[in-house]
Amino acid sequence: MTALLEVEDLRVAYGKIEAVKGISFTVEEGQVVTLIGTNGAGKTTTLRTLSGLLKPSGGSIRFNGKPLDGIPAHKIVALGLAHSPEGRHIFPRLTITENLQLGAFLRSDKEGIAKDIQRAYDLFPILGERRKQAAGTLSGGEQQMLAMGRALMSQPKLLMLDEPSMGLSPIMMQKIMETIVELRAGGTTILLVEQNAQAALSLADQGHVMEIGKIVLSGTGQHLLHDESVRKAYLGED
Amino acid sequence: MHELPQQLANGLILGAMYGLIAIGYTMVYGIVQLINFAHGEIFMVGGFGALTVYLILPAGFSLGAAIPLMILGGIVVSVAVATAAERFAYRPLRSAPRLAPLITAIGLSIVLQQLVWQFYPDAKKDHPFPQFKGEAISLFGANIQPGGIFLLIAAPVSMIILGFFVNKTRTGRGMQATAQDPDTAKLMGINTDRIIVTAFAIGAAFAAVAAVGYGLHNGQVGFRMGFILGLKAFTAAVLGGIGNIYGAMLGGLVLGVAEALATGYMADVPGMELFGGGSWKDVWAFALLIIVLLVRPQGLLGERVADRA
Repeated sequence: MTALLEVEDLRVAYGKIEAVKGISFTVEEGQVVTLIGTNGAGKTTTLRTLSGLLKPSGGSIRFNGKPLDGIPAHKIVALGLAHSPEGRHIFPRLTITENLQLGAFLRSDKEGIAKDIQRAYDLFPILGERRKQAAGTLSGGEQQMLAMGRALMSQPKLLMLDEPSMGLSPIMMQKIMETIVELRAGGTTILLVEQNAQAALSLADQGHVMEIGKIVLSGTGQHLLHDESVRKAYLGED
Repeated sequence: MHELPQQLANGLILGAMYGLIAIGYTMVYGIVQLINFAHGEIFMVGGFGALTVYLILPAGFSLGAAIPLMILGGIVVSVAVATAAERFAYRPLRSAPRLAPLITAIGLSIVLQQLVWQFYPDAKKDHPFPQFKGEAISLFGANIQPGGIFLLIAAPVSMIILGFFVNKTRTGRGMQATAQDPDTAKLMGINTDRIIVTAFAIGAAFAAVAAVGYGLHNGQVGFRMGFILGLKAFTAAVLGGIGNIYGAMLGGLVLGVAEALATGYMADVPGMELFGGGSWKDVWAFALLIIVLLVRPQGLLGERVADRA
């Protein structure tokens, strides 16, 4: 059986500076896979390349058996790859409902969309309470919920979450992590990028540690969580 | 103050024309942050497109019957030129520094003027444009010529259609998303290239409608007509808050009325005797812009820049 996402020797450069220097990993259906590492390790660049916002300078990406080379970002969503970007990037002057509707931009099944919007409100009740409010007025954590809900609206085969815990209060962060567990239980495949290594590894099936553009260590979430070098470098232990 | 209704009517007619042209500046700026300085010429070629349709229609066609076809002809020409400009001049420069597309726009503006001057028959001086024969209509004490009526009807009708399009259609929603965050819009599956072309096309269509109104109102079109009008419409767009479509129309109307009132009454203000009359109207228009920008830098209906982040 082939993996849902296969990344092989992926390279991405900004001008002459290579930000991702040949990384390979796979995501199997139903798994939660996480990329951890410090700022500037190339995690966000990797996700932006997978969703077509950046062009790779080398290597290959296969999604659901199909190569993604040269496919523009707006068509990659249609293949079932959704991306909740770093910094949330909700549409600030549109309402919460309108933001969710935009997540379903490529769908035409009105009833299904209405049902999925309701599902997003069930997942995040606060969004339902504020559905008519401009999204820019939400708190950071609420915006993160909206960004995740919006990404789910395209009914993705693979959901990519970039730093969902960034800048959130511990309570809000816990809520977001619980949601990821809930989504996995519902069968959603997730590629999670996080700086919060502890939280990410404890719920991931597979983890990869990135350092300046390369994967330096891979293993199951539990394995990495107990790996000495990871504990030292990312979990703040001596 | 005996002519106030007439001055207001003149101002609203002029303002409706500014507003219709300003839509093109504001839509393109709202989506790609480009000031399309060739937009005045997009307006101008629309006027010639409409004129051409009138000239090739068989004799005996009444002007009233010809108007819809002339509008259509103007729109076709303006939209064709604007979308070609987007595709071949601006799109290759989309990731270039801001100055490059701006200079390209100015160059394009000169090229379009010269092409019309050189190749349109008898366009080296102003070209007569058909006008409705008939009495001016008296309304609230103002006499309004049929060309003015056309603009006073075209502006609100166009705005209602545009408001519906932007707020109620899928493409319109995609347009709002692209204006607020283009990369994230792509992640939603929105083809932002197509949205950008659509914005250019809508602006061009509005400019063509304005050009037909200009021709009917003034009885002539000319290759230079887009230059100062384009600048005024750009002023209107900034005045109203660039990026906001309702602001563009409001800015146009405010500018038009301010110009008309300054033309009519400035000479009556003690000490300002020298500054009345039509020749000073551009000074008052730009003075108004400066004052509004000092008090409200984002324009009348503009968003605060911080909201964009």
